[in-house]
Amino acid sequence: MAASYFDVDGTLVRTNLVHPTLFYLLNQATPARTLARLGGALLRAPRLALAELRDRRAFNEELYMLFRGMSEDRLHALADEAVDKVLRPAIYPGARDLIRRCKDLGHEVVICSGALDFLMVPLARELGADQVIANRLEFHDRVASGRMIPPVVAGPTKALLIREHARRGGHDLDASFAYSDSYSDVPMLSVVGHPSAVNPDAALERLAHAHRWPVVHLDRTP
Amino acid sequence: MTHPCVVTLDRKSAPRVLFAGNRLIEVDLPAGTRVIYPKPPLEGLRDPDAAIRYAINHPYNREPLYALLRPGMKVVIAMDDISLPLPPMKRPDVRERVLTIVLQLLADHGVDDFEIIIATSVHRKMTGPEVRHIVGDKIFDAYWPKRLYNHDAEDRDNMAFVGETDLGERVVLNKKAVEADLVIYVNLNLVPMDGGHKSVAVGLCGYESLKAHHNPKVMRKCHSYMDPKTSELNTIVERMGKVTNKVLKVFTIETTVNNRMFDRALSFLHKNEDDWTGNERLAFKGVQFALDRTPAEARQKIFEKVPSPFELTGVFAGETEAAHAHTLKRCFEQYCVPVEGQADILVCGIPYVSPYNINAFLNPLLVQVMAQGYLFNMYRNQPLVKKGGTMIITHPCTDRFDHAQHAPYVEFVHRLLPETRDAMELHKRFEAEFAQHPAYLQMYRRGNAYHPVHAFFMWYWGEAGRQHVGRVIVVGADNAYIPQVLGYETARSMHEALEMAKDGAPASPQITCMHLPPIVMADMVMPRSHGAAT
Repeated sequence: MAASYFDVDGTLVRTNLVHPTLFYLLNQATPARTLARLGGALLRAPRLALAELRDRRAFNEELYMLFRGMSEDRLHALADEAVDKVLRPAIYPGARDLIRRCKDLGHEVVICSGALDFLMVPLARELGADQVIANRLEFHDRVASGRMIPPVVAGPTKALLIREHARRGGHDLDASFAYSDSYSDVPMLSVVGHPSAVNPDAALERLAHAHRWPVVHLDRTP
Repeated sequence: MTHPCVVTLDRKSAPRVLFAGNRLIEVDLPAGTRVIYPKPPLEGLRDPDAAIRYAINHPYNREPLYALLRPGMKVVIAMDDISLPLPPMKRPDVRERVLTIVLQLLADHGVDDFEIIIATSVHRKMTGPEVRHIVGDKIFDAYWPKRLYNHDAEDRDNMAFVGETDLGERVVLNKKAVEADLVIYVNLNLVPMDGGHKSVAVGLCGYESLKAHHNPKVMRKCHSYMDPKTSELNTIVERMGKVTNKVLKVFTIETTVNNRMFDRALSFLHKNEDDWTGNERLAFKGVQFALDRTPAEARQKIFEKVPSPFELTGVFAGETEAAHAHTLKRCFEQYCVPVEGQADILVCGIPYVSPYNINAFLNPLLVQVMAQGYLFNMYRNQPLVKKGGTMIITHPCTDRFDHAQHAPYVEFVHRLLPETRDAMELHKRFEAEFAQHPAYLQMYRRGNAYHPVHAFFMWYWGEAGRQHVGRVIVVGADNAYIPQVLGYETARSMHEALEMAKDGAPASPQITCMHLPPIVMADMVMPRSHGAAT
C-alpha cells in the first residue's frame, strides 16, 4: 500500500509558520500581554532572520521560543480558531482536489510539517488527511517552554520520519508520493518513488526540471 | 497515367529536401525512387465572411441557425483547440471569423446566455495568448476567462452522463454543453480524421468516454485513421456521437483550409526540387545555412513564430453528419494524390510540429506519433508501404521534453517503454495508474500539461503502423538510446539506411518518399497484377 506525504506551508496553504504564530501573539488574554508578546517578537526578529538564512530547523527553534510561557490549555483552545481564521482561508484552490485524488487511490494521506501539532491536527481534519507528523512543543506544568520535543520535524529529519512512518504502516515508499514547495524538503521528496514540486521556490523548480519531477501549481484555479 | 504530384527520380535528379525536426536536410535518393508531393493549394474563398454567413443560413439537414435561436435560451459554443491547424494560422483565424458572425447572430436574436468552451478533451489547456490568437482581441477581451474557457475533463462536478451506445460505450460530456438548449460547434477541419462526431463527442468528453476508442485494440483496426470509412476509431466515435446528438441539439459549423502551410519565403517546400528556380535554390540555401548555425532552441522558436497563411476553402454547416460529408470531400480533394502500388521502403522527413507540441519541442514520443501514427496513416485504401516493409525517417530524436506540457510523457518514455513496447501490455499494466496520477492530473487541470493518459494514447496512435511496418530506421539521430527505446534502428546517412532497408527487401525494392509537409495523402490503387496486400 502507498501513502502520500504532504508538506503544508506553501504547499497546501499560502501561509507559513509565522502567520499562526502571530495569531497567537495577537490573541493573548489581555491587551498588555499582547503588547508584551509582540515586543518580544520584534526583539527576536533579527535572530529569526539569521536563523532562516542558516537552516529551517534553526528558524523553527527560534520561532517557537515565542510560545514560551503560554499555557497548553490556551494554545489548544485557540487552535480551532487559528485554523478557522488563518489557515482555512489560505488553503490553495487545488489542495482539497489533490488530497481527494490521493485518497481515491487508497493512499494514506499524511501531513508532514514543521508547524505545531495542535494546529496541524485540525487542519488535517479540514483537508481530509489521515495522519499528522508535526512538531510538538515541550510543556512543563502545562506551560510551554518554547523548546520542541525531538525529533524536530524539518529538512532531512522529515525524510527519516517518513521512512519510519512507512515502515510502521507497511507503506511501499517506491509507490508513495510526496509533495512540497521548498528546496529544504528535497530529502523528503527523495525518499519516495513519486516526488512532486508544488508551487516550488526557484531552487526546487530547477531541481524538479533537472530530475523531471512533476511541477504542480495548486495556487491556480483550473 | 501518373499524377503530376508523383515524380520518379532519375540519375540527374536534384537531392530531395526533407525536414529533420527543425532543420532541413538534403538527401540523395536512388534513381527510380517515387516522390509524392502535396497538391497545389486549393484556391481560397474570396469572401470568407460571406461564405460563413451563407453556410449558417443554408445548412445541411437542419434549420438555419437563426431559426434555432430564441431569447432566454442557453447556448454553448464549442470550438477546436490549438492542435488545429498545423502550424497555427495567421490572424484572423477561421474560428475568429466564425465566432464573430455567430456572436452577432446571437445578439441579434436576444441570446445573451452563452459560453464559449475550447473543446480540448484531454489535450493541454490553451494559454491566454494562444486563445487570443485564435479568437481575436475583441472576443478575448470580452469573454476570457469567465465565458470563454478551456474544457476540463477532470472537473468531476462539471461532467454529465449523456447515454450509452448499444455496445455499452458510455458518453460522458461537459455538463454545460449537456444542459444547454443548443450547442454550436465551430470546427477547423485540417485532415479527414477531424470533425464530424469527433468534435462534440470527443472534444467535450473525458477519459471515461475516450477509453472506449483510444485503446490499442481499436487502433489496430484502423485502416486508416484518415479514411473514416475504414477506421474503427471513427466507427465508435460515430456511435457515441449519435447518442450525443439524440440528447444534445447540435448545430455544426465545419471549415476547411487549403494546404498553404508556408509563406512566400518557404513556398519552395511545396515544389519538386528539380523545378526550383535559381532564386528558390538560393532561398533554400540561405534558410538551411541560417538554421544550421542557429541553436536548436532558437530554431524551434523561429518556426513557432511563423504562422501559416492557410486560406479558407469551404464552410459547411448544419446537422453533424450531413455537414461533415461535404467537409470530407473537400479535404480529400486537397490532399489525396493517386498512387499506384505499394512501396517496399517509405522515406519520410519528420517535421518540427505535430498536433501536440504547439509552442513546445517535438519530443521522442511525438516523433513516434508522427512516424507510425500520422505519416504512416496518410493513405486511403491501402497503406503506402507494404506489410513488413521499412520506414526510413529523418529526425534527431533528441531526449528532450517540454516540462510544462509533457511531464507524463517523460515517465512513459523513460520508465515504461524500457519495460515493454507492447501497447496491449502498457494498456493493461500502467494506463489506470497514470489515469489517476494525482500530480499529473493537477498539472493538466491547473497548468498546461496534457492529461497523463495522453502519453498512452500517443503510443496507441502508432499501433497500426507498428503492426504493419517491419522496421523503422532513423537517419540523423543525435543519440542511440531514444531510437532503441522506441524500437527503431539507426543509420548515419540516408545511403546507409537504404542499404539496411534493402536487406530483406525484394531485389529491386520500390522506394517511395513522401514529401511533406505540407500535408499529402496517398490514394492507393493496387496494380491489377498484384493481389490485395494489407
